[in-house]
Amino acid sequence: MTDSRASAAADMSALRPGPPTLPASSIVSTTGLINQFLEWFGDLGIFFWQVVRAAVTPPFEFRELFRQLDEIGSKSLPLVALAGAATGVVLSMEARFSLTRFGAKSLLPAAIVFSIIHETGPIITGLVVSGRAGAGIGAELASMKVTEQIDAIEASAVNPYRLLAATRILACILVLPLLTLAADFAGLIMGWVAQALVEPLSFHQFINSGFKGADFNDFLPPTFKTMVFGLIIGLIACFQGMRTQGGAAGVGRAATSSVVLSSLFVILADVVLVKIILIFFP
Amino acid sequence: MDTIDQTAMKQGEAEKDGSAPVVAVVDLHKSFGSQNVLNGISLAVGRGETLAVLGRSGTGKSVLLRLIIGLEKPDSGSVRIHGQDIADLALDQMGEIRKKMGFLFQHAALYDSLTVEQNVAFPLLHHKKEMSKSERGDRVEELLAEVGMESALAKMPSDISGGMQKRVGLARALALEPDILLLDEPTAGLDPISSGEIDDLILKLQQEHHTASIVVTHDLHSAKTVADRLALLNEGDIVIQGTFEELQESDIEFVREFLKHS
Repeated sequence: MTDSRASAAADMSALRPGPPTLPASSIVSTTGLINQFLEWFGDLGIFFWQVVRAAVTPPFEFRELFRQLDEIGSKSLPLVALAGAATGVVLSMEARFSLTRFGAKSLLPAAIVFSIIHETGPIITGLVVSGRAGAGIGAELASMKVTEQIDAIEASAVNPYRLLAATRILACILVLPLLTLAADFAGLIMGWVAQALVEPLSFHQFINSGFKGADFNDFLPPTFKTMVFGLIIGLIACFQGMRTQGGAAGVGRAATSSVVLSSLFVILADVVLVKIILIFFP
Repeated sequence: MDTIDQTAMKQGEAEKDGSAPVVAVVDLHKSFGSQNVLNGISLAVGRGETLAVLGRSGTGKSVLLRLIIGLEKPDSGSVRIHGQDIADLALDQMGEIRKKMGFLFQHAALYDSLTVEQNVAFPLLHHKKEMSKSERGDRVEELLAEVGMESALAKMPSDISGGMQKRVGLARALALEPDILLLDEPTAGLDPISSGEIDDLILKLQQEHHTASIVVTHDLHSAKTVADRLALLNEGDIVIQGTFEELQESDIEFVREFLKHS
């Protein structure tokens, strides 16, 4: 539709006298892109409303929810912990290098702890889960859609928004803070290991020094903000999966777009959430 | 004025004495973009009756079934199930209507992450919560035995043939003992022996369950075997409705052409 409009506009501009400063086709295609984006957002809003309505009315699909908690939570745990551990090591090495240059080496444990619990733990968890679970949910639901399995669920008088979407979104919301704790823990352990290998330091000293002056406001808001990441990942992956069209290629597109869009929106949401946290928990 | 229960009761009595259809489709229009698929279809099916909808590929036969079960919304016209217009029903309200309907998809649409047993148990698990695990297991075995698939309980859908998948799909469609059975191309892609077995199975189920059935097919032989009446669809319109003999006697060019090539 957009292409045909764009080519029609291009044909028309070719008939007009004088050189156009900006090709009409690019204006039309930009308008088309904006329209598509707004349409996508509108559809996402409607989808979200349908999921919320299905989620708060019985019957509740506890069996499927527990299955998804295991699928998204337990099975993401090793990957999230590994990513957190690697981040801890990198942070330790980078921070040591920078802080030594400025003569602030004693702040190293605090720099590692605050970086991990404030930002790197939550964002790494969000991105790893959006890669693993986002692609998994998007591809699974897309495959079910193109093989009419979602229609079969609906034809069996079961609400697919409740059974498929609400359970997955809720599971993402619930597991993200727990996975963040795992990423934080692995990051702190490996941050300490990386430091202890260079300069002897007990774990007790590392933690005491790192958490000096820290309170729950440093820990809870950044951990719980990942519930919003969970909502974003689950919602976008379910939405992209359940609206898929076009066979195997459609499944591939749904998996890719689930990861790309959920990662992008997790990062964008993080910007807003960090600002909100700084305002309410200074 | 009658209450909803009274209206339903009257409808039920009328369906039993045959004066009211179980499924009534009135002046149904459906298009996808600029493509008109259905141009004012009207048909009715009574209790214990089977209507076969025939037509060339891409004439909107499957769309008609999807409209009847509410998987698609019509542009205009109405679908009445047991006298209830389904047009503006919410998903959960539609769910109540769908519990009385069984749908066999063209490619069976079995849940590929579940075993054959779990596929058939799926509607029971969600709508017969009062059933114990053993009762549910017995019912699943009974349904699978009815379609000759009792030996495939533990198999995955990918491990059985297309014909077997259709049988399992049929068992799943029958799990809630529906009043209405919608079958989308039940014999498509099957060898003649498997097609014949599926036809026999549909006839047996009709005799035992007295469902109102709509069978979409382009297999004239199958339609002749299982249906009381046939409706021939072309370019979004029903060209003719009647018994096979009435179709044979028709002077309509398309009907003659269709019968000649079937």
